Amino acid sequence: MEILLLEGSAKTPEINFNQDTGVLELRGRSIPENSIEFFKPLNDWVDIYGSSPKETTQIEVRLEYFNTSSSKCILDLFKRLEQLDGNSTEVKVNWYFEKDDEDMEEAGVDYEAIVDLPFKIIEVEEI
Amino acid sequence: MALSDVYDFYRRMEDENVILSFKGEFTSELLTSILHIMETKMVTMGISPKMKKRVFNVLVECFQNLYHHIEATGDSPKQIALQKSALIMVIHENEKIIVRTGNYIPSNGIEKLKERLSFVNGLTEEKLRELYQNRLLKNKLSSKGTAGLGLIDIARKSKNKLGFEFIEINENTSFFCLDVVIE
Repeated sequence: MEILLLEGSAKTPEINFNQDTGVLELRGRSIPENSIEFFKPLNDWVDIYGSSPKETTQIEVRLEYFNTSSSKCILDLFKRLEQLDGNSTEVKVNWYFEKDDEDMEEAGVDYEAIVDLPFKIIEVEEI
Repeated sequence: MALSDVYDFYRRMEDENVILSFKGEFTSELLTSILHIMETKMVTMGISPKMKKRVFNVLVECFQNLYHHIEATGDSPKQIALQKSALIMVIHENEKIIVRTGNYIPSNGIEKLKERLSFVNGLTEEKLRELYQNRLLKNKLSSKGTAGLGLIDIARKSKNKLGFEFIEINENTSFFCLDVVIE
């Protein structure tokens, strides 16, 4: 299995999913017209990773903003990770938001409420 | 339009504090360009990062609403082009940013749209948040990737009631105007 490395674009975030460290990172903005296409390889990667995961899986969400189409795909990604949790890996979520960005903070809190994974909502100076 | 009307056109936009306006077919690349232009403008205008993100969010949702939901039912290429054509406008006035859109819709879709807009406008911030969470969990994405969350998100980010109007063009077609105020 290979590291999933995608460069960020005007509408899609930078992706770095690493099976050697168990760290899955999304960074930037996620506003594609159709997010299904973009998230498909991410989901596929997680499915394969799930067969031999690290002891701890850490998902790092560093998003500036995302559209409603992505919001559903992000939830689906969390739900997939939820399935892995407790199954030979422990999944943790770090959700970052920029100082004063209460919308992104609120979005993290909202996901925490509907996803059965431990969340840390972390304020940073810059995403 | 007479050439001298260009000045009237310019004055009108100047007086109404229009900082960006586009009329034509909405394409995926266009959104990237609009966001790019707005990014530069908002930095120059000294708009706070929080407000900037809200404007981006509203622009993205308004734009993608139009991108996905404009239905071209015409027979001729000219008719289809006209139906696919829409207007987006950004106004900066008294510390507020207003996003306005205008597009043709089939008249038989007005009732449903009106109902959804009125429903969203009738909800408090807290209720909108609940509704969003609820739909996020329950809604399935369409094949186009739409989540049915656009209007709710626009209302949440704008913190204002959505303004709207329908103008009858003929018995089958109307023009839908949406007004989103962000402050």
